[in-house]
Amino acid sequence: MRHVNAWLFLLPAMALIVAFTHVPAVNTFINSFFLDGRGGMPAEFVGLENFRYLLEDEVFLKVLRNNLLFASGTIPLSISLAMVMALLVNAKLPGQAWLRLSYFVPTVLPMIAVANIWLFFFTPEYGLLEQVRSFLGFSGVNWLGSESTALICIIAVAVWKDAGFFMIFYLAALQQVPPSLGEAAMLEGASRFCYYRRIVFPLLMPTTLFVLVNATINAFRMVDHLFVLTQGGPNNASSLLLYYIYEVSFKYWDTGYGATLTLVLLGFLGLASIIQFGVIEKRVHYR
Amino acid sequence: MSTANIYDGKGIYRYLDTAAAWTLAILWGMPLLYAIWTAFHPAEFSTSFNLMAPLTLDNFRKAWNAAPFARYFVNTFMLVTLVLSAQLVLCTLAAYAFAKYDFRGKTILFALVLMQLMIMPDVLIVENYRTMGRIGILDSTLSISLPYMASAFGIFLLRQAFKSIPKELDDAAAVEGAGPLQILWRVYVPLGRPVYLAYALVSVSYHWNNFLWPLLVTNTVNSRPLTVGLQVFSSTEQGVDWSIITAATLMTSGPLLLGFLLFQRQFVQSFMRAGIK
Repeated sequence: MRHVNAWLFLLPAMALIVAFTHVPAVNTFINSFFLDGRGGMPAEFVGLENFRYLLEDEVFLKVLRNNLLFASGTIPLSISLAMVMALLVNAKLPGQAWLRLSYFVPTVLPMIAVANIWLFFFTPEYGLLEQVRSFLGFSGVNWLGSESTALICIIAVAVWKDAGFFMIFYLAALQQVPPSLGEAAMLEGASRFCYYRRIVFPLLMPTTLFVLVNATINAFRMVDHLFVLTQGGPNNASSLLLYYIYEVSFKYWDTGYGATLTLVLLGFLGLASIIQFGVIEKRVHYR
Repeated sequence: MSTANIYDGKGIYRYLDTAAAWTLAILWGMPLLYAIWTAFHPAEFSTSFNLMAPLTLDNFRKAWNAAPFARYFVNTFMLVTLVLSAQLVLCTLAAYAFAKYDFRGKTILFALVLMQLMIMPDVLIVENYRTMGRIGILDSTLSISLPYMASAFGIFLLRQAFKSIPKELDDAAAVEGAGPLQILWRVYVPLGRPVYLAYALVSVSYHWNNFLWPLLVTNTVNSRPLTVGLQVFSSTEQGVDWSIITAATLMTSGPLLLGFLLFQRQFVQSFMRAGIK
């Protein structure tokens, strides 16, 4: 009787999760072996054709490279900035409440809305960055319009969005550090640097692992600002995996190939999730 | 609240720390400050900062009239309400089942739920779009919210909260003759209140801000939320008028921003709590 209740309570949530996570994931796998039927024709089984195309698709290779660069840029930058922010506002500095507010506010703002403001900052000739640049006397840069700088701008906006969010977790962890540890270190004559390196950072390790996994998942999921800032351009220099999936599936309506691309993305997220489960276990050991 | 730490910067280091902290704060706050400046001043002052510039609400009026923002607000409000209320009910029931009952297959089911933490509906856009087409509910608030209604994160968070509730309370209620649903409603839900608040804040801000999925499944004013409406508005605009765009941007994020300022402490704490995934 008790078990019947449990199943009844679980049923609605399980049905929705299966319908919108597991079934689509399996379908993605199946569809990656098919080519879409055009003009009402049924889809055609093409075996590994989509995967072969994947390896020859220069746009995909470029996008994959971009996404890896994006990840290797955003992850360390946002994590280290988050840690610095947390250390700074954990101390009683003048205007502490304002500092925290300012760091955290990007987290609550819709990315699509603030991207409009960043678009203005990056605008050639009269944008804010250009005004600073011409004031310093350097030559003009088309920040979002040139292949060498577009991805860097995308990374900068993502770091700005994420750092304050991760700061919160570091702040929470820092407040768990017992003050007696600092007092003991002081008695031993440890320098400030030594105290952070030997006591604080090791205590923050579980948080760092947790944040690291979240940052990795974010690095493969964050696309909103691309819609406003560059649309993946110029010449796909700033396109990321999820944005390319959107283009292939909803602009060119090639859903078979879109499924193949989604499978690659799922691979990366799966990898992050395996680490995540490792992290959760580690966290349990620490507590 | 943080207590004064023995290793906080002293003397010159305190000044250096303060300077660094404020430099970062200005960099981080700049987009918002800039938006506020531009939105409240006439267009000619959007690139030149002049303290004597006259204040105006014109930009907001123009932006409001340039696109059906009233409709977008209603849509977003309905979306957020629908998602949150469905999440609260579904996640509560599921979390209760996971926390209170021992049944065969529980571990596997829970693992299936947790998979959604990594594979969020945002990623499976192609297949989920097809599903919506098949059911025939494209371009509706329901189609935006359906994939998010059963949230693994919510189930996990509530399960943790429910597990910490002592079994004795449960037994006492059972002795009084309360059924499982009554126990859930009278004992578990009231005791989980702080977790519900935390979850509600995270969920509302997530769905207020969500963009890619709503963009795909909506194509008319009738269902578009603010984020998609803003995007349509700012990209079709002929000759970019920054002051109108920043006014629209502020309107779009306004209610959430206001809510954040009012509930700042709870917001931050709820994100901290949300970190215990």
